[in-house]
Amino acid sequence: MAHRIGRRKNVKKGFQFTLMVVGASGLGRTTFINTLCDADVVPKRESDEPDMAHVEEGIKIKPYTVELDEDGVKISLTVVDTPGFGDMIDNEYCFQEILGYLERQYDDILSEESRIKRNPRFRDNRVHALLYFITPTGHSLREIDIELMKRLSPRINVIPVIGKADTFTPFELAEFKKRVMEDIEHHNIPIYNFPFDPEEDDEETVEENSELRSLLPFAMIGCEEEIMVNGRKVRGRQYPWGIVEVDNTQHCDFAKLRFALLSSHLQDLKEITHDYLYENYRTEKLSRSAENLSD
Amino acid sequence: MSLDAEHSQPILQSYVGFDSITSQIEKKLLKRGFQFNVMVVGQSGLGKSTLINTIFASHLIDSKGRTQPDEATRQTVEIHSFTETVIENGVKLRLNIVDTPGYGDQVNNENCWEPIIKYIKDQHSSFLRKELTAMRDRFIQDTRIHCCLFFISPTGHSLKPIDIVVLKKLTEVVNVVPVIAKSDSLTIEERIAFKQRIKEEMAFHNIQLYPYASDEDDDQDHALNESIQDLIPFAVVGSEKTIVVDGKTVRGRQNRWGVINVENENHCEFIHLRNFLTRTHLQDLIETTAMIHYESFRSKQLLALKESGQQQQQQQH
Repeated sequence: MAHRIGRRKNVKKGFQFTLMVVGASGLGRTTFINTLCDADVVPKRESDEPDMAHVEEGIKIKPYTVELDEDGVKISLTVVDTPGFGDMIDNEYCFQEILGYLERQYDDILSEESRIKRNPRFRDNRVHALLYFITPTGHSLREIDIELMKRLSPRINVIPVIGKADTFTPFELAEFKKRVMEDIEHHNIPIYNFPFDPEEDDEETVEENSELRSLLPFAMIGCEEEIMVNGRKVRGRQYPWGIVEVDNTQHCDFAKLRFALLSSHLQDLKEITHDYLYENYRTEKLSRSAENLSD
Repeated sequence: MSLDAEHSQPILQSYVGFDSITSQIEKKLLKRGFQFNVMVVGQSGLGKSTLINTIFASHLIDSKGRTQPDEATRQTVEIHSFTETVIENGVKLRLNIVDTPGYGDQVNNENCWEPIIKYIKDQHSSFLRKELTAMRDRFIQDTRIHCCLFFISPTGHSLKPIDIVVLKKLTEVVNVVPVIAKSDSLTIEERIAFKQRIKEEMAFHNIQLYPYASDEDDDQDHALNESIQDLIPFAVVGSEKTIVVDGKTVRGRQNRWGVINVENENHCEFIHLRNFLTRTHLQDLIETTAMIHYESFRSKQLLALKESGQQQQQQQH
């Protein structure tokens, strides 16, 4: 598992990783977070009254931190939930909110870096990856999907996933994945696609990244309950016609995505955030200030 | 002819034969055929076209979903209507299906429902005009929408703000039958909780759904309507593909973890919806459109005409 040399040095200290989850309500976002952490991190919205349904609450940004243990490696995972995205009649405001949040974390780093006396306990809250939940329509991307991914990908690694993918038959899922990727390419949306260099990287890395890239967008099914299947306890959803197992790679891509996020590609996502996305932001911001000064 | 008491029905001494009027009417109606106009409303990708094709057991309409990357994301809600005539046991049904491709897909969905409401009102308006024409057609072609199937996204939470707005506006002008689309992504428990929640929200907002209670209802009608109201919104799954289950060919969906049989009442409520629309309430849907929605539109229009006529007269004096 730890086949990246740099990691061995940090194994004892553990890692910090921040993941943002965005998607319209009802796509399994909250369940995904709880399934990922194997704990009730985000509480369920049980208390809503029927008189609240028509109220447009707007988007909220809610970070939750959990300590995970991945095969002996400690990970301090912060998941940023964004309830309310896409639920309003006019959703323009949602984009500003998310972008604002991401850029504020960059601003904090920028000002910290420029301090004469730096804070040794400074917390780096930059978000390393954004999982965007696509509605399983069976057609292609909707305007809101394209807009969100386009606007946020300059600031963060965007990884598209399909929410509630158990609504698709295997054929429908394959077709939908293909169409979504064609759409992403057509609109030049720079998502995080597990980059590799066939010349420089070793065979194992090339194979691993190609496989993950071919799974995009990841088919997600979330489930927090355990049920009995053939004497085993599994995390799954029980339908009258069968049981969908979350950890079964034949049923969905959850297990593969989890491994990529928390093990194999954690470092890569952090490096890209720091070396590339943050650097771009920093350059843009400092150039703008320079322009303003020279006016 | 003898009378039992002063105000009771006369007893016929011999068979007259006027009871054959029902078959006389049937003959005429069979010749003329029936017209049924149904509209589907809901966000794109909820299986609207597929459900229509499943209900009428034939490929009537194509999905209007965006499938090519170079297709622009639709900016307005374009309303298309398709007419097909289907025949069953000599009964001719002229089906007019009005598709309203994906409302609610844009970033800003303000007023995306207006074209839909306008379309419904335009049909009433056109009918009224034809009615008021001095030399009018013997049988005015009826394009009024008899039933609006409203597709709810299977989030499992609650109705969205946009759904509440649209439902309120639709129920004012047309018979609305809500369905939970693609309900195969909900477990039975989730479905029950979701339905309960939706019912509470609709009650809170006073959303009047079809079927409406009527003075003419007898106990049987009343019981049937109550059982329908209990089921609404129908949790449906649509499919044009067939699968063999236990030797029988049924319409269904095949997954890696099982087979969903659309026609199995334990899997979804498709059969109930189909029977409701075609076997029990088809005639009533057509009648209530004329007697309730059209009448309401008509009286508002005629009153408005009268008032503007009076205003014009006053201005002339």
